[in-house]
Amino acid sequence: MLRLPRFKYLRPKTAREAAHMATELGSRAMFVAGGTDLFPKLKRRQFEVDALIGLDFLSRDIRPGTNETELGAGVTLSAASAHEQLNKQLSGYAEAAGLVSSPPLRNAGTIGGNLCVDTRCNYYDMTYEWRKAIGFCMKKDGDICLVAPGSPRCWAVSSSDTGPMAMALEGLVTLAGAGGERELPVAALYRDDGIDYMAKQPSEVVTGLRLPHIEGNHSAYVKLRRRGSIDFPIAGAAVALQMDGDVVRSCRIVLSAVASHPLEARAADEFLTGKTLDDETVRAVAEIAAKPAKPLDNTDLTHFWRKRMVRVVVEQAIVLAATRSGGSTVKLLGQQKR
Amino acid sequence: MTKENGFSVIGKALPKPDAVSKVTGRAIYADDMLPARTLHCRILRSPHPHARILSIDTSAARRMPGVHAVITGADLPIKFGILPVTQDERALEHEKVRYVGDPIAAIAAVDEEIAAAACDAISVEYEVLEPVMSIDEALAESKDERIQDYGGPNNIHKLVALEFGDVDGGFEKADHIREDVLFFQGNTHLPMEQHSAIATFVDGRVTLWSSTQVVHYVHRALAKVLELPMNRIRVIGAAHGGGFGGKTDPFAHEIIVCKLAMLTGRPVKCTLTREEVFYAHRGRHPVLMWVRSGVTRDGRITAMHFKTALDGGAYGSYGVASTFYTGALQTVTYDIPAYRFEGCRVFTNKPPCGPKRGHGTPQPRFAMELHLEKIAHDLGIDPVDLKQRNFVKPMTRTVNWLRVTSCGLDECTERVMTASGYRIRERRRGRGMGFAISSYLSGAGTAIYWNDMPHSEVQIKVDRGGVTAYCGAMDIGQGSDSVLAAIVAEELGLQPRDIRLVTADTDTTPIDLGSYSSRVTFMAGNAALQAARKMRGMLVDAVEAKMGGAEAVRVGAGRIGDFTFEEASILAEARFGTLTSAGSYTPPKIAGPFKGSGVGPSPAYSYSACVVDLDADPRTGIVHVNKVWIAHDVGRAINPLLVEGQVEGSIYMGLGEALMEEQAFRKGLHKWPSMLEYKSPTFMDTPEVETFIVETVDPEGPYGAKEAGQGPLLPVIPAVSSAVFDALGVWIDEIPVTPEKIVEALRRKQKGQPARYGPERFPSIPYPACIKVEPPPRDLDTNAAAASI
Amino acid sequence: MRVCLESYARRIVRNEMARDVERLVVALHVNGERTELLLPVHKTLLEVLREDMQLTGTKHGCELGECGTCTVLVEGKPELSCLVLPVQVEGRAITTIEGMASGSELHPLQQAFAELGAAQCGYCTPGILLAAKSLLESNATPSRDEIREALAGNLCRCTGYSKIVDAIELAGGRMK
Repeated sequence: MLRLPRFKYLRPKTAREAAHMATELGSRAMFVAGGTDLFPKLKRRQFEVDALIGLDFLSRDIRPGTNETELGAGVTLSAASAHEQLNKQLSGYAEAAGLVSSPPLRNAGTIGGNLCVDTRCNYYDMTYEWRKAIGFCMKKDGDICLVAPGSPRCWAVSSSDTGPMAMALEGLVTLAGAGGERELPVAALYRDDGIDYMAKQPSEVVTGLRLPHIEGNHSAYVKLRRRGSIDFPIAGAAVALQMDGDVVRSCRIVLSAVASHPLEARAADEFLTGKTLDDETVRAVAEIAAKPAKPLDNTDLTHFWRKRMVRVVVEQAIVLAATRSGGSTVKLLGQQKR
Repeated sequence: MTKENGFSVIGKALPKPDAVSKVTGRAIYADDMLPARTLHCRILRSPHPHARILSIDTSAARRMPGVHAVITGADLPIKFGILPVTQDERALEHEKVRYVGDPIAAIAAVDEEIAAAACDAISVEYEVLEPVMSIDEALAESKDERIQDYGGPNNIHKLVALEFGDVDGGFEKADHIREDVLFFQGNTHLPMEQHSAIATFVDGRVTLWSSTQVVHYVHRALAKVLELPMNRIRVIGAAHGGGFGGKTDPFAHEIIVCKLAMLTGRPVKCTLTREEVFYAHRGRHPVLMWVRSGVTRDGRITAMHFKTALDGGAYGSYGVASTFYTGALQTVTYDIPAYRFEGCRVFTNKPPCGPKRGHGTPQPRFAMELHLEKIAHDLGIDPVDLKQRNFVKPMTRTVNWLRVTSCGLDECTERVMTASGYRIRERRRGRGMGFAISSYLSGAGTAIYWNDMPHSEVQIKVDRGGVTAYCGAMDIGQGSDSVLAAIVAEELGLQPRDIRLVTADTDTTPIDLGSYSSRVTFMAGNAALQAARKMRGMLVDAVEAKMGGAEAVRVGAGRIGDFTFEEASILAEARFGTLTSAGSYTPPKIAGPFKGSGVGPSPAYSYSACVVDLDADPRTGIVHVNKVWIAHDVGRAINPLLVEGQVEGSIYMGLGEALMEEQAFRKGLHKWPSMLEYKSPTFMDTPEVETFIVETVDPEGPYGAKEAGQGPLLPVIPAVSSAVFDALGVWIDEIPVTPEKIVEALRRKQKGQPARYGPERFPSIPYPACIKVEPPPRDLDTNAAAASI
Repeated sequence: MRVCLESYARRIVRNEMARDVERLVVALHVNGERTELLLPVHKTLLEVLREDMQLTGTKHGCELGECGTCTVLVEGKPELSCLVLPVQVEGRAITTIEGMASGSELHPLQQAFAELGAAQCGYCTPGILLAAKSLLESNATPSRDEIREALAGNLCRCTGYSKIVDAIELAGGRMK
């Protein structure tokens, strides 16, 4: 059977202590919370570390307040997806959490972990022996990108479901470093690079997420994947809408799995603001949102098809969010089957 | 106790004899065994698809603490292979590697971690050769050298060409002729259990426990490669975590653990990783197919010409048989008066293909069902009607000499038509239904290596302690143990729980050839029936003698005449001495009088009909299967619960193949050897199914039983593609039917191009001249058939 | 001719052996019994259950979290033992298939699986039974769709899932 490499397991009691340890050990240590992303990658030797820093101390509380809901980074994905208040107030987020992988993984995987999930590529998420056979890529052990061999950068795909949704909901993430805490918009957590995909310091621990309750905000997440479970997204749309009747007061659309970071569709947001939602507008805005998406041939199914599907998931997510606002007359354009 | 059918056990939905051990986690699979001092084996595999090995340096690995043995091909140079004509594999290759994953060296170490690290410490120097990765490349001249040094020209492994009846004449008689080219991508079995084997070497004898479907063939291969007499080797089938044809070859790791056990004197275990299971493979061949049929105005087939090209991977495996199978069973569902078949298998630098559920027949079944649908559309005839007009009749011989006895095609079709409402279905864009039929063997009529011995043997022992049945048959989860217990119990008037079973152990059980080609119920069942009837005869004789012979001795409900079973067994043992009986089954010699006739004949064929109802989104191409109806002619359901289980499992696997499973390659490597990227349908992707068991009571099957484990997979795949046409008006002539193919076909249709997605052409293949075979008399002489039974 | 000799520089697996193994005493609560074990910290719960505790009822199919075969219950919820370190679940209640029956009396789910033929090869069965147990404990009468959703992380290649869904419905009905 595939086994983990040898490592030491450190058990800090606080985030600050964890950050200290990480600062001291540098790239030879990694954090582990649920482990659902880390352990498979360690078994495939995609990471080489001497030590793991356990984040068992992370809060597992979901605290709904009047102006916001605060989630500890240790909240499991299944807890988030089942949380009643979250489903009511921030339905897109609960939905995204519930669409991550499969039930047993959601019981272990945390919301903090899903924000930080490693970028993926089907030349990279393979065993050591497989990668050796095809020739190592630049994300681990090699020099070139096997998806785009002429490219100077890595094109691994951002595969978080909850990250894009937290961005669309204008969430704030709390980071704890050796020097103290700071807070960032979730959007500022990511960078458009397959290797250095996180903008936070490697030693900083994600300790929590705050999702504001914006009046009239309705959200939805639509995930495209081959099967009804287990699979990572191969395209996805996170949409948050504030509606005045049928008119869009404001809108945030963020795409998943079509770039090395969650892709904000700013032009689409602007286009939609102030418009009345009807079939034509939805089609038009989806077209605009999909434009910057450039899927490459490094996930399941062809990138041509995925590119076409971005429009569809955006449309579906907008319609779903609008339907949740209750005021819309838009009909669903094509139902996402299970 | 007695049911309406006159049986007390047969036909009852009883739990399997091992059900409790499986639901409590107590069944011992090969990897669960960990005897004291076990060493762990890992195998170094080739990183190149095609290369010569110049040198192997194992010195660093040997020096690692904890490493007990390192072996390479020089330690196991003798070649083996499942078919006698293709003994082309080595447990470890030291001269040349032919696919990424070909085994090169093996380590036995105190733990798996050390064994893996020692593999990493081995240095191999390769001369890299140009890989051959497609059928087209294999048909062309090799850039460097051929993959194998037999077969040819180029990388062709096997060519066959057969013609039955007057094919040209048949085409002349046709009112309409149609040609189609279709492709069926390869896929793999993906058993949940990774292959595992553990060997010991004690008192000069090797014992191997393995997750295999074929203890007997493994036994033979071990004797050959290890150069030991068979009596010094014992092979035991451990509890089995799924086969589907994937554990039907003798495998390198099975030989390797035996050799390492012999060298170290300690138990040695090897469990493949999931990635290695993809390399072990022996799965569905990718097959390119060309079919041309002539039909009359009312849709009667006048002639058919079928060509196949199989991408075989790097070794022979079952490939010669697979090649014949792509042409053999077209005729057992439809009455084809004249038939020409040309088949070709090529070598490529990929893991070898072999038998997967339906062995070589799902691909042509897909092609033929779709081809007939298209002909029906050409003629403006309802496809179901057209197919029905051509159904074979029971008690006939096909043009290629296959003997059809019982056949429930009409009843199966009627059952699914009625239940699904196919004929009155709603016609709406995006919603469709597809119909298809199929047939499969109840065991191959000829053995893998030529001999005159029985294919299955059963012994029964009765004493004061009860009944024990011994048989080499391997229960791979399909329930062969249940079948044995049910038959013996039925004959002896007991219940299955009263029968102890000893199975799949070459030391203690008589030979059964294994769990493949859907042969166990039919063959081991008949052997068990014979043995049980002999035993029953002795018990009845003894009781009769005691009772004075005044009245007939009734057997049943745990009694034989006036006595309990135990009392009767004491009477019989006193009268006859040790109570043993034996039964065996040899299939009738029904193969036709031509070379290659050994593939296709079976003592009986199962039949299935299927309707698939699905939604296909014209915008995304995403298919959602709503429901599947299937009716399966199993002859007689010995245990309907298990028959349903086999049918439902077949539907599942068929849907996976039809919609998402793909053994794809890129840059010389398996593209996605993992359970995440190789898409096996989850609970969420599997529809409700409705299963109908049709009983035609076959004249030769045990109590009339035929197979159920493979046939029901076959119609599901073409039915899916037909349903997509029904929904969207485009033909997807390539399996799997993925969303992107549907979208592309719709785009082509919109542009006025042919409304299809699939291969454009069939390559030019140097088939030899056809062997012309005179067809047999088509009606089976029922009296002669009965006599032969 | 292209001769290819792999370089030693990237022999990751071999180089790992230079690292020391950290061993910890871990107290595991499995099936109601507390056991203290001295374990290499990098050994997964799956490996420890099977190799150190002889609880081989927990099977494995990929060891990467992709198939669900190694499912065990941690505090009543299904998790994949191939992705859990014993130190992470120290002191938490772990249930394996061996802990499902009461003595020789089968759990209603086990009984239903046996009766309806929901286990064919039986290899995925322990994981599926445990996931189903967890489901029925939170929802005694799940719909067929709810059963599918709860079991969506567990692959089975034999049954086509139908009889598994049937058996869970049957057991749920009996447990009411």
